[in-house]
Formats: sequence, structure tokens, C-alpha cells
Amino acid sequence: MKLPAPPVTSRSFRSPIRGPWLTSVLGSVLLVGIPLEFVTGLVSYAAYNPRLPHNDPTPAHGALNFYLFDWTSAPSWLFQLNEGVHVIGGLALTPVVLAKLWSVMPKFFEWPPLPSPAKALERASLALLVGGILLQLGTGILNIDYFYDWSFSFYDAHFFGAWLFMAGFVAHVVLKLPVMVRSLRSRRLRDELATPLAETRPEPPDEHGLVPVDPAEPTVSRRGALALVAASSAAVVVLTAGESIGGPARTVALLAPRGRSYGGGPTDFQINKPAASAGIDRSKTGAGYRLVVRAADRTRSLTRSDLLALPQSTQRLPIACVEGWATTQTWTGVRLVDLAALVGGEGHHTLEVDSLEVHGAYGHTTIDRAEATDPRSLLALRVNGADLSLDHGYPARLIVPALPGVHNTKWVSGLTFQVA
Amino acid sequence: MKRVLATFGRRYGDGPIHLLGLLGCFAFAGYVVSRVVTVPHHWQIGLYFVVALVANDLVIYPLFTLGDRLLRAGRRPAPAPAGDGRRVPWVNHVRVPVVLSAVLLMVSFPVVLRLAPDTYRAATGLAPTPFLGRWLVITGALFAASALAYGARVALAARAGRAGSAAGRRG
Repeated sequence: MKLPAPPVTSRSFRSPIRGPWLTSVLGSVLLVGIPLEFVTGLVSYAAYNPRLPHNDPTPAHGALNFYLFDWTSAPSWLFQLNEGVHVIGGLALTPVVLAKLWSVMPKFFEWPPLPSPAKALERASLALLVGGILLQLGTGILNIDYFYDWSFSFYDAHFFGAWLFMAGFVAHVVLKLPVMVRSLRSRRLRDELATPLAETRPEPPDEHGLVPVDPAEPTVSRRGALALVAASSAAVVVLTAGESIGGPARTVALLAPRGRSYGGGPTDFQINKPAASAGIDRSKTGAGYRLVVRAADRTRSLTRSDLLALPQSTQRLPIACVEGWATTQTWTGVRLVDLAALVGGEGHHTLEVDSLEVHGAYGHTTIDRAEATDPRSLLALRVNGADLSLDHGYPARLIVPALPGVHNTKWVSGLTFQVA
Repeated sequence: MKRVLATFGRRYGDGPIHLLGLLGCFAFAGYVVSRVVTVPHHWQIGLYFVVALVANDLVIYPLFTLGDRLLRAGRRPAPAPAGDGRRVPWVNHVRVPVVLSAVLLMVSFPVVLRLAPDTYRAATGLAPTPFLGRWLVITGALFAASALAYGARVALAARAGRAGSAAGRRG
């Protein structure tokens, strides 16, 4: 039985610049960009040290944590760089992905849709590819803007979405790489960049059905279309990257959700979850505050004055968030190694951290050896010469180089050194 | 062996490597799905996946195309005579700011449109008030810059046209 053709088929598409060359140029950008996103995503998960107690944001990972490695505390900007590349890079790739989808749109309306079992399977793998990338871009953008229009965990969706997408991506690259290389060789980029609108002609008819059978008169050159995609990515980077880079760049990050000022002064840097949202009980942060430090069977209880009386260390270290923003400040406080020594916990140890916070997934975390024994790791009491503000974690907060921001626990109430 | 492969190719539509590769891809995807179904609200993740797929093909893309067709339908059908400033095509002077503005909205729409003011405030301690104004100002600036560029091109074309016709009269 022959089905009647739908009103829109691949023959309805008329853009004279669609063709394998244009698709391949966009594809080659994604062939670099997507693996970078995937690798930085994997690294991001590893940075949480998910094999330690309390730390795993995706406990249902199954065998997909096979690659995990012990995270490191040096260089201190490692997590900042990784997240900046992942988040700002993902935003910058968004227009490239949309342009790529536009360039292959006739393929989605091919008629008949499934001419052979081979094509049917290939289309199913494309569903993983297209659904996967849109899920990743969508959940990523909604997460950095705090728009949780769902009940599932962002970490679950973005983690498993990445693996589903990569299944489709690897299949697509393996199947299409030869076509991409051939298509890229069919025209010279340099010549194409020198071709104005008046001389823009459709690519020769192709077996993929991208070049229109009935092309419209061109209204934009190929170089113009590519320039528009590049300009879109550049605009996104200029208007958002400042929240990750910090410094003067922060002032032009007009559309970055976390590029904003808190009104000046020594504590004018990004707050992640103010005290009110964390359910901080102020009666526990005043004179009644005690930090309990433990190792094996030894326990010390310290007031904030006790902590200030201990040798102080000053470090310039970043807080970097998985959402891509970061801020580097000058912190003063007690070194974690000195606190460990107070209770005989020095040496190789992990560190369990408790917070006064009651609302949130990060009230209890575990810091791995490399970070807990780094001499720069602090229990900070002051920042930029002033006492911590309550929203920045007063009376005391953790500052550990290269650790995900949420593990730099605020309102620390307990430190337990686990000697191996 | 060759005949078997030829029959396979005719029936399947491609070589055996193609089949094995894709089966491997689906086996892996199947494993991932078997993990996804163990997390809370997994059906919503599936829903997002499917909605994104369908929305792109059947909603976003057709809207984009319709908009562009309307834009092109508004063009002057026949080119104006040479030397007329109106000969400079204006379509891309609309397209460029529209696309840039739309991309910027796409990467920041939840804060620009204030879709989640409470969660934004709970996370940052601030209200998401400035973003809509910023996006509108950036959009305005893009259109203004594009209009200026168009004006400059029209003026240049008109001057070239006058120079051309003056040269014509002299010759």
C-alpha cells in the first residue's frame, strides 16, 4: 500500500544555501565542541568525589561511573576552568546546534520516511541525538537560571541525558564522518568566505536530499549565514562569560544569571543560597556557636574566638559553581591541617563536614585526602579583611582549592577527620 | 559469502557493520534507560526528551520558517533601478538583529521573563528584575546598529548612483 505524501516533504525546502558543505562546516564545529562538553561534564561529576559518603548527586549511575578518579586540589582554578568551559561553551554552542538542525531539516521530512530497515534504525539513533542534545541544552539553561519546571533531579536528567545523547552522537559520527570529510573537500572554505550574495549558487544536487530540488533566489550568502551563527555565539559569550572569569568582565556579563553586584564592600561577591534559604537558626551562629572537631576518639569544641586565637592563614582562592559562575576572594582562617593536628588527626585522612544548614543537599559532605590535606585549605573566618557575612557562611566556612562550590560548606558546625 | 552479503544488503539497505554499530548504540542506550527508570520522576525526563524532539521539528522550526517567509514576502519584488538607494536589500538588516536577540533570549529566557523569581531569589538573595530591561536594551541597540548600517549602505549606494549617472552625462 502506498501512503499519500504529507503536505510538507523534503521537496518543500527551498533554501539555496542548504547542502552537505554547509551542514559539514557546522558539523565540524560540533565535532570539536560536543566532545569538549562531554569531557568537561564527566570531569565535573568526578570533582564531586561521588565515591565518598554523602557526595554522589546521581546514585543511580550503575556502571556509568567507571571512569571516576580521585579529584585534585591543584591547580586551584581547575574546577572554575572546567565549569566555565562547560557552561559558557554549552551556551555558545546553542546557536551552532540550532543552525545544524536547520541545515538538515529536510531530512526529518523525507518521504517515504523509512525506505529500508537500515534507514529506520538510523532514524531511531537520530532521535537519541536530537532529543538528547535538546534535553541537555534545555536542562542546562533552565538549571543555571533556577527555573525548575519539573520534579526530577537536574543531576539525574543531565547525567543520563548526556549518556543517551552520546550513544546517538557516536553512531552519527561513525556513520557520517566520511560524508562530512567528502563534503568539506567539495568546496574550499577560503573561496566560500570570498563569495558574496550575488555569486551564491546552490550546491550541486546531492544524494542526501539537503540541496533543494527547487531552490529559491538566495537572500543571504553562505559566508553571511556562517557569520550570523558565529556572531550569535560571540554575543552569548560576551554577555555571559564574565560570571565565570570574574573581575572587570563581570560588568559586561549582562545576561549571566550570576554576574551581578551585591552593592559593594568586602562581601560583594556571589552568594549561593543565603542564610534565610538554608534555614540558618541565628541562635546557633551567635555566642552559642561551637565547632566540634573530631578524629578517632578525640573531640574538641571551639568557639569562634577560640578559632580566631589559632594561627591564621590567608589564601586567595576561588569559589566555582557547577552552574558556571565563579569568584576569587582573599580568605583568612585556620588551616584544615592545623585543625586536624588539634585532635591528633594529622596525616592521610578524609574529612566529613557538617553544616548548621537544614534545607539543602549539601549539609553533609566528604572531602577527599588531596583536598583535606592541602595546606591552602581553610576553615575561613574572614574574607577581604572583614568578618564573613551571615550569607557567606558566618561564623565559619570551608574554602578548599579546586573543589565544587557547594562543597565549600558554609556555617560549618562539625569537622570529622577520618584517618585511614 | 558474497551472495549472502548481497542479499543482506538488499534486504537491510546497508552493510552488516552498519547494523552491528547501530545495535551496539541501542544496547547501550537501553542500559542507560534501565538506569533512568530507577530515579524518581523518570517519566518526566522521558517527557522532556520527547517534547524537545517534537517541539523542535513541528513547532519551533515551522514558526521560524513562517516568520522568515513573511519577511521575504515583504520584499520589493523587482530590484529598483541602479543608483536608487532603495536597491540595497534590507532583509538581512532585519534578520540579523532578530536572530541575535532571539538567541540571547533563548539562553536566558527564565531570568529575562522572570519565570522563577522565587527560586532565583532563594539561590542568589536577589530579585531577577534587571534582566528583562537589559535584554530589551540590547535588542534595541542591535536593531539601531543594524538600521544605521542600512542607512550607511543606502547613502553609499545613492552616492555611487549619482556619481555613475554624472559620469554617464559627461560621457
